[in-house]
Amino acid sequence: MSVDTATVKRVAKLARIAVTDDEAKNLEGELNTILGFVEQLNEVDVSNVEPMVSVVAVDMKKRVDEVTDGNKAADIVANAPASDENFFQVPKVVE
Amino acid sequence: MTDLTALTIAEAREKLRAKEISAVELTDSYIAAIDAANGALNAYVALTPEKAREMAKASDAKYATGNAGALEGIPLGIKDLFGTMDVHTQAASHILDGFKPKYESTVTQNLWDDGAVMLGKLNMDEFAMGSSNETSYYGPTKNPWRAKDSNVDLVPGGSSGGSAAAVAAHICAGATATDTGGSIRQPAAFTGTVGIKPTYGRCSRWGVAAFASSLDQAGPITRDVRDAAIMLKSMASVDAKDTTSVDLPVPDYEAALGGSVKGMKIGIPAEYRMDGMDPEIVALWEQGIAWLKDAGAEIVDISLPNTKYALPAYYIVAPAEASSNLARYDGVKYGLRVPGKDITDMYEQTRAAGFGAEVKRRIMIGTYVLSAGYYDAYYLKAQKVRTLIKRDFENVFADGVDAILTPATPSAAFGIGDQDMKADPVKMYLNDVFTVTVNMAGLPGIAVPAGLSSTGLPLGLQLIGKPFDEETLFKTAGVIEQAAGKFTADKWW
Repeated sequence: MSVDTATVKRVAKLARIAVTDDEAKNLEGELNTILGFVEQLNEVDVSNVEPMVSVVAVDMKKRVDEVTDGNKAADIVANAPASDENFFQVPKVVE
Repeated sequence: MTDLTALTIAEAREKLRAKEISAVELTDSYIAAIDAANGALNAYVALTPEKAREMAKASDAKYATGNAGALEGIPLGIKDLFGTMDVHTQAASHILDGFKPKYESTVTQNLWDDGAVMLGKLNMDEFAMGSSNETSYYGPTKNPWRAKDSNVDLVPGGSSGGSAAAVAAHICAGATATDTGGSIRQPAAFTGTVGIKPTYGRCSRWGVAAFASSLDQAGPITRDVRDAAIMLKSMASVDAKDTTSVDLPVPDYEAALGGSVKGMKIGIPAEYRMDGMDPEIVALWEQGIAWLKDAGAEIVDISLPNTKYALPAYYIVAPAEASSNLARYDGVKYGLRVPGKDITDMYEQTRAAGFGAEVKRRIMIGTYVLSAGYYDAYYLKAQKVRTLIKRDFENVFADGVDAILTPATPSAAFGIGDQDMKADPVKMYLNDVFTVTVNMAGLPGIAVPAGLSSTGLPLGLQLIGKPFDEETLFKTAGVIEQAAGKFTADKWW
């Protein structure tokens, strides 16, 4: 499979990365090189093969459903580019 | 007085315990060495000398009262990927501008609990995506090694390039690193240092910036095998905060050193003998086989038939997981924000300015292979190929093989700004051809220096072990180290 410039722009939109026309053109070539490389996998027969989920067979860890941490609002927003009274601030999203 | 930075972790530990030196003296020696070297090497992206002296002082107090930890007073460098409380943590990316977490990663906390001293944060490829340290926002780290009669700057490998360079240049006693496709073992091989990627689940991933969650593992880079055993013992733990942390006690890895490899079965995989392989790498591999044979190990030819599919499968799994993990960098919670005309534009402008070219490339690939209609054809298929790769290893281990010997890298360190690799991203990816299978199967792998190229650059061998059998790797790597000797770069900086 290969991608065209329109697909590159659509994927960039999905990934929330702004790209210029020149960048899209370059990415198109680079992505096609990589997609061409992974095409080798088409020769592998994976029918009746389960996807790998873990290195050693382990049961999923569970813990008691209880509060173990919290009350750290100030710590959580400490690195925010913009915050106010422990809320993250973002540009207006509703009119 | 002898230069304290020349001491290995084991040697420094000995002198600290005997009170021949103080932790403050040792730390001051490293701070002075960093000041003299970092301008040339660019191995550290942030320095914490005050914190280091404070920690060293506390270590001296612990030695005085006789309750010193396993790494008490040992000065370490920390890869910028590990979250360190109130200290620069940016994964060498612009998008994490100014980020100083309010938490400490489990691995680094384990090290501080054992008394280690933090010198600073080490350079790396941005978000651990790269094999040369050239994708760092802070510019490339230089390899302390140069070819004979040459002053051309070489890469230290990547992504843990700063870690490997700092260890090789003696500007830390040891360093933390991480490995997703070869990011500990390839830079270790390029710098004449030892690097181990333990079994997936051995070191907690909690507090480490995520690249590809099903592949990422932390491990140490050190000057010799014993130091790697000492550091891994402290880094590894069972952690309730990481659900993939495996509930097994951490053994005393150092106790495995010096053990005999007599009667052990060492597998030599036919598929790692690639077409057009560098004859020097082939010769190094043959030499490693001869050393282990001389030490009494049995050498057996094995086959890992799905080897060639590991790298292409990796370039689906890793970008897919990265695209998901890196979705959190949006200009809202931390780091860089570039204003936009609305919130979506703000996200897009922030991510366009904050991520470098390689990171964008991988996010794009990952987003594409996970987009509607492609999941089964790409990600699911790649995860099934992983099962086949893992099965290859399980089969040879079931046949009695104790460990597998391979080259660590297809070549010695290459030049900064290599034109071939710049032109074709897949060329750079091929650096991981011998290491990536290990991540895909979740196995432990160690890179150990085994010789020098004809141009005088370090070359390494890799040993691959059974899940959670790091002890066999330390023991066997120790035999190679004994035979090969250790290698130190000539100081030019």
